[in-house]
Amino acid sequence: MSPTMAPARVVTGALPTAVLGPTLRSVDSDPDLLARVRAGDEAAFVTLVDRYHGSMLRVARNYVPSQAVAEEAVQDTWMGVVRGLDRFEGRSSFKTWLFRILINRARTAGEGEPRSQPLGDVEPAVDASRFTASGAWAEPLEAWVTNADDRLVADTWTDALRTALDRLPPRQREVVVLHDVEGLPSEDVCSLLGVSEGNQRVLLHRGRSRLRSLLESELSERGR
Amino acid sequence: MHLLRRPADLACQQVVELVTEYLEDTLSRADRTRFEFHLRHCPNCTAYLDQMRATIVATGTLRAEDVAPDMLAELTELFRGWRSEEELPDQP
Repeated sequence: MSPTMAPARVVTGALPTAVLGPTLRSVDSDPDLLARVRAGDEAAFVTLVDRYHGSMLRVARNYVPSQAVAEEAVQDTWMGVVRGLDRFEGRSSFKTWLFRILINRARTAGEGEPRSQPLGDVEPAVDASRFTASGAWAEPLEAWVTNADDRLVADTWTDALRTALDRLPPRQREVVVLHDVEGLPSEDVCSLLGVSEGNQRVLLHRGRSRLRSLLESELSERGR
Repeated sequence: MHLLRRPADLACQQVVELVTEYLEDTLSRADRTRFEFHLRHCPNCTAYLDQMRATIVATGTLRAEDVAPDMLAELTELFRGWRSEEELPDQP
C-alpha cells in the first residue's frame, strides 16, 4: 500500500442489534402450514397471514396510489390464495407464488404499472463530483459508525433506511424490495417483474447505490 | 497513486459501478481479479464496499408492519366463509 494514501477507516462494527431484530414469527414451514390450510385449519391460515401480510402491503404499495387500495389488493390476494391453493404445485416457493398473484392484482388495481417505463439514462452510483479527474476519490470516504448497543443508532438506521427506500424510483424500489428486503432469488424477481437478468441487475445496482448515498447523507445529517 | 496505475487498473469511479456485479458474483474472472486487486490497494473503495454491504444487510432486516387486528379478523371471517363453502370439517 502506498504510504501517501490517506487511509479510510473501515467499518468493522456489527449492525445494531435492534436493526437485526427477530423476524421469525413461527417455526412452521410454509408447506406444513399450506397442508393444514387445505384441511381447513384456521390457526395455520392466521399464521400465514401474520407472516406475509406486512410484506404484501409493502410490495402492493409499489403499484397502487393509496394504502387503502393496497389493503384491498392484499385481501383479494388472500382469498385468491385460499381458493386456488390446489393450483400451487410447489415449483416456486410459496412466497414467490403469493407475490405473483399479488403483483398481478395490484397492477390491475393500480393500472399504472411501472413495467413500461424505460431504464432511463445512465445514473452514476456515486456523483461524479466525488471523484478527481482521473477517477480517484477526491476525499477520503467517511466510515459509518455503528454501535451494537446504541438503541438510538439502531433507530436512526432504520428510520433513515425507510425514508431512503420510499425515495427510490418505483422500478428500482420494486427490485430492491423483492430482492433485498424480501430476499427472493434473482430469477424469481426477473420472472415476477418480467425483466431480464441484466436489467434486473442494473435496477438493483442503481437502487442499492442510491440507498447507500441517501443513507450517507441522512446519517451524516442526523449525526450532527 | 493514479500515476502508478497500469492500463488495466480500474479507477475508483469504475469500481463503484461494479460493486453489485461483484457482490452478485456475475463479474468475469478477469474483471473480478482487477476489482479485487484495486480493493487491496484502495482503502476508500474498501470502505465503500463495506458501506454497500451494510446497506444491503440493513435493507434485509427492515421489518414489515404487523397485520392490523381488524384486518386479521376480516380475513379470518372470509376464511371461515370459504371453509363452509368447501364443506370442510370443523377443526377441533
